[in-house]
Amino acid sequence: MPFSFNSVSALVLRYVFLYTRHPVRLVELVFWPLVDLLVWGFLSIYLQRQSAGAFPTTMTFLLGGMILWDVLFRSQQGVAISFLEDVWTRNLLNVFVAPVRTVEYVAATCLVGVLRVGVTLVVLAVVAAVAYGFKLTAFGIGLLPFLANLMLFGWFLGMVSTALIMRWGQAAESLAWAIPFFIQPLAAVFYPVSVLPGWLQPIANALPCTAVFEGMRTVLAGQPAPWGLMRHALLLNLVWGAVAGLFFAANLRYVRKTGLLVKVATQ
Amino acid sequence: MPPVTPILEADCLVKAFGDLTALDGLSFAVAPGESLGLLGVNGAGKTTAMNLLLGLTTPTSGMVRIFGLDLWKHRIEILRQINFSSAYTSLPSNLLVWQNLTVFAKLYGVTRPKQRIEELLELLDITHLRKSVTGKLSAGESTRVNLAKALLNEPRLLLLDEPTASLDPDIADRVRKLLRKLQKERGLSILYTSHNMRDIEEVCDRLVFLHGGKVLAEGTPGHIYERFNRTSLEDLFIGVARGEVDAIGLK
Repeated sequence: MPFSFNSVSALVLRYVFLYTRHPVRLVELVFWPLVDLLVWGFLSIYLQRQSAGAFPTTMTFLLGGMILWDVLFRSQQGVAISFLEDVWTRNLLNVFVAPVRTVEYVAATCLVGVLRVGVTLVVLAVVAAVAYGFKLTAFGIGLLPFLANLMLFGWFLGMVSTALIMRWGQAAESLAWAIPFFIQPLAAVFYPVSVLPGWLQPIANALPCTAVFEGMRTVLAGQPAPWGLMRHALLLNLVWGAVAGLFFAANLRYVRKTGLLVKVATQ
Repeated sequence: MPPVTPILEADCLVKAFGDLTALDGLSFAVAPGESLGLLGVNGAGKTTAMNLLLGLTTPTSGMVRIFGLDLWKHRIEILRQINFSSAYTSLPSNLLVWQNLTVFAKLYGVTRPKQRIEELLELLDITHLRKSVTGKLSAGESTRVNLAKALLNEPRLLLLDEPTASLDPDIADRVRKLLRKLQKERGLSILYTSHNMRDIEEVCDRLVFLHGGKVLAEGTPGHIYERFNRTSLEDLFIGVARGEVDAIGLK
């Protein structure tokens, strides 16, 4: 039987209903990113003033890093939180005994991540432009591969988080939030890879998002879009995607075999 | 007359969790239009059996066939034609009843979801709950909404895991009568697990009494408890639970 877009749309519809019934959830979706944006934005202004304008580009790097990091974070959250919502509401078994393939379920969670990113990105882009004169359009057409690579990696991190929660239960719930922050120090979000100790740099360069953030700084410094870096990020994403997919599938097989799936769903 | 293919067949199911054998060669079948009960004390293997039959857990060995098809090879095709309701699951509590039913109607590929939802709300006498928040329903209302979800795709086989747990006797009786009515009117096959003897006696045509992961007895409720010289199913249940009934080698 072919992949069912109907199943994916049904699962996404659930979140559309949820967010339209509870507009306060939309507030939560933008509140924390806005707080981050304001903190980083005002810090940037302070640094710029203190340095008497010696670091004009620092401001854009920090804001760009913060906004693009949020894209990755929201994508990862979209996948992990979608799964956790089913666990928290004790609805997981209802979904797993419905005619929904695992790939359709994961695709739906990824799509929820895209919607979350969309909402957050629009708000952040507008506020950054109005408050700090920072325009996401400075990236030009290069913005799309940046976003795509970050979302892909976010999805794969989300699949890893979900697999760990399936295996370890609600005790591993904090991983839904923590996993992106394990890689943030290495991902060159706010500083270039060259700042890291030599032995950490190969690890940092193995992350697809590192290439995106390095590419971001290249564009913000007025240089042409680094398509080579984006291709590199995409290739790394293919590898990470395969690893995440295999990890997820292996854990799903394990929790079905050991009965942990039912345990997580009904605890 | 050619033999009738069972709607559901459990064939020598074994399920081990490490050193613990939860099911030890379980075999039974549900005939088309039949309501079969799975009864047993805590730890007898009812929930494990149900999870295997729903494809939530994989067997250590043995096979599950539904509509004559291997569950693990034809899982999605089978799941389209069956449904499930349990006292241990619930629909997303923060959505309205109609929203939850709409999502599941889409998941099951129901062709006219609004019409089908209205039919079920009327059948289960919960039309007034259409715009209610699912999480704010009483136990009885929640059970009927879950049943509505379970009937959305007009399943050929319904698996019910303790559906009347936590219901008061009045609501439990209404649910039992409704299930019997649906079974008779629509030829629905039902697999029903419960600790409630009344549920089993009123809803089930036959029952499988599990003990220690094996079938202790199989037959109609009256046939089973008379065979063990007990006065009622409850009396037999208590006897098995207290080790007063010889559970070895009898079927």
